[in-house]
Amino acid sequence: MSWAGKILRVNLTSGTVKSEPLNMQWAREYIGSRGLGSKYLVDEVDPKVDPLSADNKIIWATGPLTGTMASTGGRYTVITKSPLTGAIACSNSGGYWGAELKMAGWDMIIFEGKSPTPVYLSIVDGDAELKDASDLWGQSVWKTEGELKSRHQDPLLRVCSIGKAGENQVLYAAVVNDLHRAAGRSGVGAVMGSKNLKAIAVRGTIGVGNIRDPKGFMQVTAEKKKILAENGVTGQGLPAYGTQVLMNVINEVGGLPTRNHRDVQFEGAKDISAEAMVTPRESDGKKHLVTNQACFGCTIACGRISKIDEGHFSVKNKPEYWGANGGLEYEAAWALGAANGVNDLEALQYANLICNEEGFDPISFGATIGAVMELYEIGALTKEQIGIDAKFGSAEALCQFADMTASGEGFGKEIGQGSKRLTAKYGHPDLSMSVKGQEFPAYDGRVIQGIGLAYATSNRGACHLRGYTIASEVLGIPVKTEPADSEGKPELVKAFQDATASFDSSGLCVFTTFAWGLADLAPQLQAACDESYTTEELEKIGERIWNMEREFNNAAGFTAKDDNLPKRLLTEAAKTGPGKGSVSKLAEMLPKYYDVRGWDPEGRPTADTKKRLGL
Amino acid sequence: MQKVLHINPDKCTGCLQCEMACSYENYGVFAPAKSRIKVFDFHETGKKVPSTCTQCDEAWCLHACPVEAITKNKVTGAMEVNESTCVGCKVCTIACPFGTINYVQETGKVQKCDLCGGDPACASACPTGAITYVDANWTGLDKMKQWADKLGNQPSAT
Repeated sequence: MSWAGKILRVNLTSGTVKSEPLNMQWAREYIGSRGLGSKYLVDEVDPKVDPLSADNKIIWATGPLTGTMASTGGRYTVITKSPLTGAIACSNSGGYWGAELKMAGWDMIIFEGKSPTPVYLSIVDGDAELKDASDLWGQSVWKTEGELKSRHQDPLLRVCSIGKAGENQVLYAAVVNDLHRAAGRSGVGAVMGSKNLKAIAVRGTIGVGNIRDPKGFMQVTAEKKKILAENGVTGQGLPAYGTQVLMNVINEVGGLPTRNHRDVQFEGAKDISAEAMVTPRESDGKKHLVTNQACFGCTIACGRISKIDEGHFSVKNKPEYWGANGGLEYEAAWALGAANGVNDLEALQYANLICNEEGFDPISFGATIGAVMELYEIGALTKEQIGIDAKFGSAEALCQFADMTASGEGFGKEIGQGSKRLTAKYGHPDLSMSVKGQEFPAYDGRVIQGIGLAYATSNRGACHLRGYTIASEVLGIPVKTEPADSEGKPELVKAFQDATASFDSSGLCVFTTFAWGLADLAPQLQAACDESYTTEELEKIGERIWNMEREFNNAAGFTAKDDNLPKRLLTEAAKTGPGKGSVSKLAEMLPKYYDVRGWDPEGRPTADTKKRLGL
Repeated sequence: MQKVLHINPDKCTGCLQCEMACSYENYGVFAPAKSRIKVFDFHETGKKVPSTCTQCDEAWCLHACPVEAITKNKVTGAMEVNESTCVGCKVCTIACPFGTINYVQETGKVQKCDLCGGDPACASACPTGAITYVDANWTGLDKMKQWADKLGNQPSAT
């Protein structure tokens, strides 16, 4: 088994909470977390629904390996229709909250409707009830967690919540758990806010005790942990430097998008890199990085815990930010730094703290600031309109923008709409570095061809985590492919997308895939759940999930035209680095990708494909 | 040779593999809520500190127990709770200076670390070596070695 076998259905309109058995056939076919939660969403929600209306639903889902001793088995996913993209949203988070939900005996929570007043859901094992959150509304994520622990007199409570950004429906608002882990992308926090749902507080004491073959499971998970420990990336690079190990690497390959993707290398990369985080600061002689931290069950421990420079302008006289706190991951450091030309590590950390405290995605936020700075530079936005001097490279502007976006005041309200809406409003839609309305992460699709295709075809808009071809194209995992080559990339992208969908659905972290393939995941799922989870079966399930998500998006109104990249990546060649002179070869790759996927030229899964996948 | 659990908080990442291993060993479930070892995450400093029973020689819990339910295992040195004798009075939980013996509502008895009979699951599960099971007389060996390295293992001046 290893599924709890129960889901919690919460109707926020009527205030009712009830338990339902998990659909075990779907569990078998879609595993859990991303796949299974999406299956429920697709089955229950009209793809054309207004994402911020009461008719949208929002689902928290764990996987069968969540809450087990499989390494990284602590993850959960938030699934809904995204207000940022209009596509299916599926945001994954670590920390401890997901495992706690599973330990309380629940695979999933489905919220429907909209509460007339602010509420939070309290879960203690089998008991779940909605409680008044009027006095928590307007509070940050951090204050909400502290307040709920003290209100319930339970220091062991685990909390996920939204801050002001979710309440104000910032279109890329996040759901944050355990203070600084986040289901970060696509605005799942805005949907939570639109439903007047402030938080979910969970205490689970039952545990996970229904592993199919406990002895076999303990043995195989121990073997697989050994592989992670002995791998250079998961055993050494990530624990020591975190994902930030990539900053200098990606800059060197000339794939670090800089100043709203005008450049592909950032002269300040070294100042905001992993190496900078462990070098004593000139100002106070202390290192920025305090330690690494694991999420639940994780034997990699890539998380960063940092201490900001107390003398930095952003936190002067603000001692509440001086303690150890969630530090910069690569994507955040890139979006808050290189994307805006800001090389002040402490300013990046301040903006990152605000993103965690009030719950919004640093990638979309940072990339939107990049667009604002470019609009400012070309004169499409003025200081009078913005309220501040917004030059590329301004650390002061970055910090002020973070505050404005968190509070929703002044120009912050417009930043909270994301780059697509903002650039369109000011007459330059081409300056939004996004796909389907979601901003790019930290790799340039001109120089690294596969990731460009992965962005264009990602089911949740631009995203590196749906098919992380960087592993192959830059790091050589599992085999090295050339970043500049477009040949073979459609097949590579499909393979990564399908495998990732299975990993995401298991309840484990995709970072294990630096060392593991599906052949390593399969025996763990077999021991925990069901013998039928072979490597081949997991490939097929991943593909099934991918096509199911695609069908939802197609029904929502997306077409082949939306599998596109901004004009800049297709026409403005990279100016420097090993990829100098290159643009994305998307037009070459996309038809081939549709073909490999078994889709028609309009990007629709054919009847044969659907039949083959059991859709 | 008797061994003891030795904890080095500097190596702890907060993954809770130890808590799951403990609950699995004793109850057959992955449930930190049932674990006899607990990791404390001190958010303001970033420190993670595992804590469990140190198996005192003159154990406060053993002396406080009115029904002699706690006895010393002569082989492992662990203070063990005899569940059939324990009456759940919780006096031991008051007597213990470290808080590492606790009441369990579900059984009506107390529980504490018993070193898993000499092969502690938490130490085997710890991925970073923050929890080790070492010679009771030489818990300081690693630290001594580090200092010895610093003092005497450097290239000499001549």
